[in-house]
Amino acid sequence: MSKKTYRQAINEALAQEMRRDPTVIFMGEDNVGGMGAPGEDDAWGGVLGVTKGLMPEFGRERCLDTPISESAFIGAAVGAAATGLRPVAELMFVDFMGVCFDQIFNQAAKFRYMFGGKAVTPVVIRTMYGAGFRAASQHSQCLYPLFTHIPGLKVVMPSSPYEAKGLLTQAIRDDDPVIFFEHKVLYDDEEEVPDDPYTLPFGEANLTREGDDVAIVTLGRMVKLSNEVADKLEGDGISCTVVDLRTTSPLDEDTIIECAEETGRVVVVDEANPRCSMATDISALITQNAFGALKSPIKMVTAPHTPPPFAPELEDIYIPTPAKIEAAVREVVAYSREVVA
Amino acid sequence: MTRIAEFAVEYIQFLDPAGKPTQDIPPHLAEAEAITPMYRLMALTRTFDAKAIALQRTGQLGTYASSLGQEAIGAAVGLAMRQDDVLVPSYREQAAQFARGVTLEELFLYWSGDERGSRYSGPQFDFPISIPIATQSCHAVGAAAAIKLRGEPRVVVEGCGDGATSKGDFYESLNLAGVWHLPVVFVVSNNQWAISVPRSRQSGAKTLAQKAFAGGFEGVQVDGNDPVAVRFAMDNALERARSGGGPTLVEAVTYRLQDHTTADDASRYRDAEEVETAKQSDPMIRTRRYLESLQAWGDEDEAALKEECGRRVQEAVEAYLATPPEPPEAMFDSLYAELPGALTGQRAEAIKENSDG
Repeated sequence: MSKKTYRQAINEALAQEMRRDPTVIFMGEDNVGGMGAPGEDDAWGGVLGVTKGLMPEFGRERCLDTPISESAFIGAAVGAAATGLRPVAELMFVDFMGVCFDQIFNQAAKFRYMFGGKAVTPVVIRTMYGAGFRAASQHSQCLYPLFTHIPGLKVVMPSSPYEAKGLLTQAIRDDDPVIFFEHKVLYDDEEEVPDDPYTLPFGEANLTREGDDVAIVTLGRMVKLSNEVADKLEGDGISCTVVDLRTTSPLDEDTIIECAEETGRVVVVDEANPRCSMATDISALITQNAFGALKSPIKMVTAPHTPPPFAPELEDIYIPTPAKIEAAVREVVAYSREVVA
Repeated sequence: MTRIAEFAVEYIQFLDPAGKPTQDIPPHLAEAEAITPMYRLMALTRTFDAKAIALQRTGQLGTYASSLGQEAIGAAVGLAMRQDDVLVPSYREQAAQFARGVTLEELFLYWSGDERGSRYSGPQFDFPISIPIATQSCHAVGAAAAIKLRGEPRVVVEGCGDGATSKGDFYESLNLAGVWHLPVVFVVSNNQWAISVPRSRQSGAKTLAQKAFAGGFEGVQVDGNDPVAVRFAMDNALERARSGGGPTLVEAVTYRLQDHTTADDASRYRDAEEVETAKQSDPMIRTRRYLESLQAWGDEDEAALKEECGRRVQEAVEAYLATPPEPPEAMFDSLYAELPGALTGQRAEAIKENSDG
């Protein structure tokens, strides 16, 4: 056990799986860098340095820098997966996925299904998402609902370094196509992470806080903010459960419903735009399955339905904040008291 | 000015439409032993094709894409490959698939919409048919990268049509295959029509073979109705790829004698005279004439082959029609390696709602 950043945790999971299994390779744009420049090999390691240091150990054959051809290399990763490898492809920003949606939605997601179970595609697509990096509208979106909508894909949302290592290890060992979402603002976050390899299960939400009054259902970076709020409110006599979904596909419906039933008050915190989102999906799930247990309407804390703004002062308003989460929690608690009175 | 690069596209033809050699055929391809298996495969494919259309017209098969007139390409490609090579086919490569060991019954099942038809009992590493256009070229590149990484002497063969060569996926794949120097052969069946768009409106390039040059490797154009020419080009391309020489693009020029699919009516956009002219170049005519000129084929052989093809296709039809439909839960069963808990309820519901009881 030692302190590791989110970035180091991801790098370590990759390195350990590549050591353990010679069929694991990674590919993407600028994943290694410095190709052909004497003394500059491994100069880059991905735009935020996540894959740095892997090439010297595993070689150019397994650490592939690709041309700027998202369709080709995502499709190639799918083809290589069907031919016995376990490729980890990095698609720099999730905002770029549009150029290769066909390969993801119609190919990766449907290989096993349309080929009668014959073709297996154990591919992982790592990608960065999220606002707060001053990276503007085309490099800051939270597009995980798009992928969650597609049967055949698995969608993973690590919320911390510990989660990132265990979930990526599971993703690489998993026999289905996995989209692995890394929040770019979390890369420097640090916590204790085991040195040995371990996996965290898909489809099993994690309760980062347990309380009786309100269930905060959340994912990705918003888990961290929700934990802060829960800790603060504990001092004010409001005890919160925080549900970290870990994966949006598969979704741990049972835990969400149970926590809603136990507390009767739910706040869903989701950095994505609010239409057709995890926030709306979870609200619907709870309404359908735990309506009788609710003591107040479900509150959603999300970004507004606009692109992430480039202007720093607007971007700060755009992203859900601890203050907004706290206000929502207080509102559902207050609502409940009015009804009782 | 200095000329820094030059490119030329070779055209290969050994048999003219009448089956007469247009140049010396390499000895190993000139013999009946090399030609007869291709001819037999072409005949089987054509019989399958006619039956598939008849089944579709009588409501016993889904939409079907005919390979009428293009059988020489598939026969030559399929027989040129080794068993452990990988075929990544489009939807008009029936002959190549049969050569690889895909059964007639499996392709009938496939075209009826039964996913079990893609669970080939024969080739274990071949990819199933790609209906989306050119997406499979990216997969072929990935499969070739996997083979190269493992240092195996295997080659990936990707099939697509002339329309596919306009897509970004195709161009990106050529680029990646070239820069990674991969063991892959791109076979473009240029049948002159992408549904209703003729070759002249598909690309301003004089040949489709020349697109390989931008990827950094050789492109060659062959008479796709001449099985000897296709076989010759494939042998060269496969050998090059197998020995570490990288990719090749083979443009096989042919003609789509049928509608695009059974959902299409080509007479609305295509001149009947053009089709009649194309029929003169039918690959089966020239192959038979050539075999006859070798004294290696006669009316009795033809009659026996017709009977055999008819019988095999009929047996496959009966087996296909006798296959029980998939149960409702099959909708879930090939979705993930293991069905996630949240979906097990939906699966149980599908069984309950659709059971006979």
